[in-house]
Amino acid sequence: MSLSRRAFVARSAAIGCSLAASPFLTRVSLASAPWDTRLVVIMLRGAMDGLDAVRPYGAPEFATYRAELMGQDNVAEHDLDGYFALHPALSPLLPLWREGQFGVVHAVSTPYRDKRSHFDGQDLLESGAEGLGAVKDGWLNRALGLLPGVDSRTAFAIGYGEMKVLEGPVPVADWSPEVELSMSAQAIRLAEQVMEDDPAFHAAFAEAIMLAEDETGSEGGKGGGKPHLRVAEYAAQQLRGDTRIAAFSLNGWDTHARQGRVISTALTRLSDTITTLREDLGPEIWGKTAVVAMTEFGRTVRVNGTGGTDHGTGGAMFLAGGAVKGGKVYGQWPGLSEDALYQRRDLMPTGDVRATAGWLLHGMAGLDRAALEGTIFPGLDLGSDPGLLL
Amino acid sequence: MTFSPELAAIRFGCGLSPDLVPAADASAILDGLAGPDRMAGAFPIPRFTDTLPRIGELREMQKGFRKADDPEAARKAYRKELQASKADAAAWLMQVILRQSQSDTAFRERLVSFWGDHFSARGKSPVMKPFSVTYVEEAIRPHVTGSFGDMLVAAVSHPMMLHYLDQVGSIGPKSRRAERKAKGDGLNENLAREVMELHTLGVGGPYSQDDVRQLAELFTGMTFNRKDGFRFNPAMSEPGAETVLGKSYGGRRGDFADVEAALRDIAVHPATAKHIAWKLSVHFVADEPDPDLLEHVTAAYVASGGNLIAVYSALLEHPASWRSALGNVKPPLDFIGSSARALGFGPAQAQAMKPRDMRRNLLQPLARMGQPWQLFDGPDGWPEEDQAWLTPQSLAVRMLWAVGAPQTMVGDLPDPAGFAEAALGPYITESVRFAARAAESRAEAVGLVLSSPSFQRR
Repeated sequence: MSLSRRAFVARSAAIGCSLAASPFLTRVSLASAPWDTRLVVIMLRGAMDGLDAVRPYGAPEFATYRAELMGQDNVAEHDLDGYFALHPALSPLLPLWREGQFGVVHAVSTPYRDKRSHFDGQDLLESGAEGLGAVKDGWLNRALGLLPGVDSRTAFAIGYGEMKVLEGPVPVADWSPEVELSMSAQAIRLAEQVMEDDPAFHAAFAEAIMLAEDETGSEGGKGGGKPHLRVAEYAAQQLRGDTRIAAFSLNGWDTHARQGRVISTALTRLSDTITTLREDLGPEIWGKTAVVAMTEFGRTVRVNGTGGTDHGTGGAMFLAGGAVKGGKVYGQWPGLSEDALYQRRDLMPTGDVRATAGWLLHGMAGLDRAALEGTIFPGLDLGSDPGLLL
Repeated sequence: MTFSPELAAIRFGCGLSPDLVPAADASAILDGLAGPDRMAGAFPIPRFTDTLPRIGELREMQKGFRKADDPEAARKAYRKELQASKADAAAWLMQVILRQSQSDTAFRERLVSFWGDHFSARGKSPVMKPFSVTYVEEAIRPHVTGSFGDMLVAAVSHPMMLHYLDQVGSIGPKSRRAERKAKGDGLNENLAREVMELHTLGVGGPYSQDDVRQLAELFTGMTFNRKDGFRFNPAMSEPGAETVLGKSYGGRRGDFADVEAALRDIAVHPATAKHIAWKLSVHFVADEPDPDLLEHVTAAYVASGGNLIAVYSALLEHPASWRSALGNVKPPLDFIGSSARALGFGPAQAQAMKPRDMRRNLLQPLARMGQPWQLFDGPDGWPEEDQAWLTPQSLAVRMLWAVGAPQTMVGDLPDPAGFAEAALGPYITESVRFAARAAESRAEAVGLVLSSPSFQRR
């Protein structure tokens, strides 16, 4: 048994390195199950500025607060509904908006308040709990635990870093599109024995072997050097098969300074990721796919002194896919007047990101209110059905 | 649950070495820290301040190439210099590995890495990126055996930190600079928040959004330029006093002494003591440390006012630190460093490695194991949890490295059976002994020893 995937030294080593070196990408997780819809969860790590991504230019205060970030941007060209406009970097998604395949939920947050720590904020976003520390595993993992037919062969995590939203008792394996193990058959047998001394090492090793065998002969995608596109292509490839849920991260949203430039890069990555998913899934699978992109919290309404924004509270999330009812900005818009802001500095959150995720799980996988409010998002009030899906 | 020299070398040092005898007891380890820092001299890395002229040159070239008479040639020259800086950064990685491999006070190397990670700061621009480690050399290394307060002041006011956490552009809303620019709020909270959340009190600590804001206002004025390094610019500073954690600092005119006073108070805050004790215990002992150990180390911190030798002494004397089963998985850089140490990798062999060998055997594998050199994701640095490092991906890359790299690094590989005994000491297992004898090649035998859980944990 000599395991060697693709032309490992020449090609994969270079790709693997660029993937690892990218600070913008952490990991894709994939899970499969017997229902036939597809759910893609994208974690936007670093706190996306929802007010810059989806701009409420119809609010009278907006121009005053955000003149510096708006620059010469023409909102009419990126208008959504006469009140909100997309950031220009998201304009590749305008055609999807018009077809009803891209939507926004605005003024939302997790229950996390006031300390505005990325790390705690992300922990809560991924645990799906009311407060920190109460729940260790991730809400997607708990959702998987309530669904039939989920096994360790069909659950993957790809890339580097953690993806806590999928961690928990239901086995979800970790992998990236490029890994190989090239050792002699005998060395692999000996390694197997050596690893048996330690259950955690043994499990990781067994998975490495299994996946290396699985991946033999698979072709690289067309995304070339761009790691986020390779991840999107890989996710699409899996979702065309038995995989039903994919989760991965896009980083680079912590725009404390020179936001104009930084957020454009991050938003371009996001829109390229979504259009790549659509293209690679093909019309049939895309038609039963819902993509949700969420972040740990929003950013301050006012621009700070360094052309950026600091950690805030309310933000925005995105919906995409043939299964969603897009072309609409969902949520209860609180406005931007001074007394409508949270602590006079942040967008007031009027909705819970977990409720959006909950209604998606309800519609996509048939999970009922009791499961959603009791197990997956303990303590959540789902509220009434916003009708996010077709 | 008692001290053993081998366990001390593995858990608190950089592993076992065929050439160096482990310290016989905890006081020998502490004596080593009190002695001279020989590794800094033997394998030098420049201090950030020494690199300022070079950073200035690079920045001028970067700014200038568009206006140059021959922009294409100027751009090429800039690219070439940038490549040279990257080569310097690779050479500094080699120094870090040599220090791990050669030190007779390896605990110091672990502490430098721990505190450098605690105060994570790195270059964000192409020009600054290669120089991150020179910040650790300047602001962290000299203070790891001193007081936490001194290290906090040095790290928080260091140009690399001011650059990394956006302090350089933060301007007091009522400062002279803000008035002149006739612009609104010029404050940036990033550094102030991370100081409280990550560097001192901890996220559960007793501070509010208002404390963050007040500290951010107090911090205004801290900046640097490429000629002098750090400087405090009163024109950027918010006038008036700021109240941080219930205490008022500063007065009419901004002064760095007020920043320093606030930092020194926060450094000895009980919440800081608890947070630092917890971080040290997690890093050196276990992901979920014994509560009694935490209490013991916290108490030493409080009693000594953050004297780090007293804190380490408490850590080393507590029985929970000597649980005999190995625990934490080594992060990739320490895995490679301790492998180098086990292989007896020295300066002559480092010199023989070509730039291409360094890329293939050190820089690329580190990245693929999940720890690209100097490129952590955020101000919380690298993860501590075992599960972050023990992924199938990372393990596969570690195994491939262990089979392939040692030969390039040291040339002639050691006899595998003896190597297994020397590298693992009392932690050798029957399966490793067998694998070292039964493997088809010497490279695979050495690779299997380094891949073993006993070698990858500490």
